[in-house]
Amino acid sequence: MKPLDSSPTKSGAARRQFLFDSARMACGAGLLGLGLGLYAKQSKALPALALRPPGALPEEDFLGACIRCGLCVRDCPYNTLELAKPETPVATGTPYFTARHIPCEMCEDIPCVKACPTKALDHQLTDINRARMGVAVLIDHETCLNFLGLRCDVCYRVCPVIDKAITLEMVPNQRTGRHAMFLPTVHSEACTGCGKCEKSCVLEEAAIRVLPPKLAKGALGDHYRIGWEEQRKAGRSLVDESRIVDLPDRLPEGASLPGHYDPASGHTAPARGMPGSEAGLIPSLPPGLGGKP
Amino acid sequence: MSAKRIGSEAVEAKGWLAAHQWLLLRRLSQLGILGLFLLGPLFGVWLVKGNLNYSYTLDMLPLSDPYVVLQALFAGHLPETLGLLGAAIVLVFYFLIGGRVYCSWVCPVNMVTDAAGWLRDRLGIKGSAHLARATRYWLLGMTLLGSAVSGVVLWELINPVSMLHRGLIFGLGAAWTVVLAVFLFDLFVMSRGWCGHLCPVGAFYSLLGRWSLLRVSASGRAACHDCMDCFEICPEPQVIRPALKGEGKGVGPVILAANCTNCGRCIDVCSKDVFTYALRFKKAELPLPRGGGAAG
Repeated sequence: MKPLDSSPTKSGAARRQFLFDSARMACGAGLLGLGLGLYAKQSKALPALALRPPGALPEEDFLGACIRCGLCVRDCPYNTLELAKPETPVATGTPYFTARHIPCEMCEDIPCVKACPTKALDHQLTDINRARMGVAVLIDHETCLNFLGLRCDVCYRVCPVIDKAITLEMVPNQRTGRHAMFLPTVHSEACTGCGKCEKSCVLEEAAIRVLPPKLAKGALGDHYRIGWEEQRKAGRSLVDESRIVDLPDRLPEGASLPGHYDPASGHTAPARGMPGSEAGLIPSLPPGLGGKP
Repeated sequence: MSAKRIGSEAVEAKGWLAAHQWLLLRRLSQLGILGLFLLGPLFGVWLVKGNLNYSYTLDMLPLSDPYVVLQALFAGHLPETLGLLGAAIVLVFYFLIGGRVYCSWVCPVNMVTDAAGWLRDRLGIKGSAHLARATRYWLLGMTLLGSAVSGVVLWELINPVSMLHRGLIFGLGAAWTVVLAVFLFDLFVMSRGWCGHLCPVGAFYSLLGRWSLLRVSASGRAACHDCMDCFEICPEPQVIRPALKGEGKGVGPVILAANCTNCGRCIDVCSKDVFTYALRFKKAELPLPRGGGAAG
């Protein structure tokens, strides 16, 4: 600042005025900045059902990288992506999709990633099977038709990574006692989070949903060692099996575990008739079936 | 002032068309650019993809908003080559022709605030809240600092400019409320409030065009008869005085103030054709020092 006048009092007053004005501006801008900063913090909390395009950086990095141009939206051949509007609970102008609405079709050439001018969608993602937009979770065991004993299987059938990301695990149907249930089971190491399973779930509200990995996944502590894996790696058991003490099992009164060896009685409970298991008898009258009232 | 409308003398002297030519060209430019962006989504003709933050023309020309890229850089992220290249092209372009050409010839919010300014004049609304025009530079600094602290491209969370432009192309949603707020703010709260006092995008482009070649010059200032129409119409009237009235001090005639938006309305409304577009090196009529140091 050039002094307005050579007299010391006047330049002093001008300096004071300048300092006051600066303080006023700094405080005003700071106040707005604080509000914006808190809003920015909020906007980092992506709603669970909003999924980012393939290759998107982690959310906290994504919002510093995406310049909201919408080129990914334009180059998506399936109109999967949209830019968040101000009223959407996703940071304004950033791309997202809702699996139940239009899922990701997992294009092999990944045009959305190629279109990104900022690397907010990581250009190192060249194999769409390595995309991790989220993880599918069969979230409601009470309504899933396969859990009810039916053979819906739709989520399994539509999965682009079928038999790797979703498998059907056969377990005995305890309710009928004579049927099998084929439970859709997601394997997170292969699931890309494309959302086709959620989209095609036949229920009114999907029983299988794609969630952000942070919500979907647990994490073992670093100190955990999984015994059978360590055994496979080492080629032998890491503990001296002759010294293992098998303690009596405590079960609810009257209950038995099919096929289980109980060290207390020295008996093995008969297993039900599942393939591969030690054959047991199928009850002649399963509960709820066959018997007259 | 009561009976006379701004620019009525110019309309009488030059005819309506000549007294509005730069305004019409500006609207043509603003709407034309918007139209190019809309050709894709409306008619499936994809000459231009994206929006003002970043666009890709004919699959060969990248253009990025350097202010948004700068915020991303402050947030700690280095964009892809195309994003950086686009920013460089835009930087050079506005560096040469005047940063705030973006404001007056491209930005869609300009039409909103111009409409508010026009209506303000028509309704004779006089009162205006006072705020220093430098406020925008403080907001500019705040958004850059804030981007660094929060790691988020901060101003894009609420930027009315990109909200409007993106909204028109990708779906407006509730963005119209933000645009309406800017309109009402300019109309009732502060004259030329948004573009002239607050918008950090404009502040960024002001700084960018600080040394631009293309300027408005009061070359014919000897003919000025003090009708004040240029001051009335100008969105940044403080930029005119040094150039128009600086003859005695050897200042001008080129308007060197960075806040001048090169909108050309002063050229339109002057019945004496005092103003014209010129290069910044245009010499003063008096053989006195050039006005470079007194600008801003």
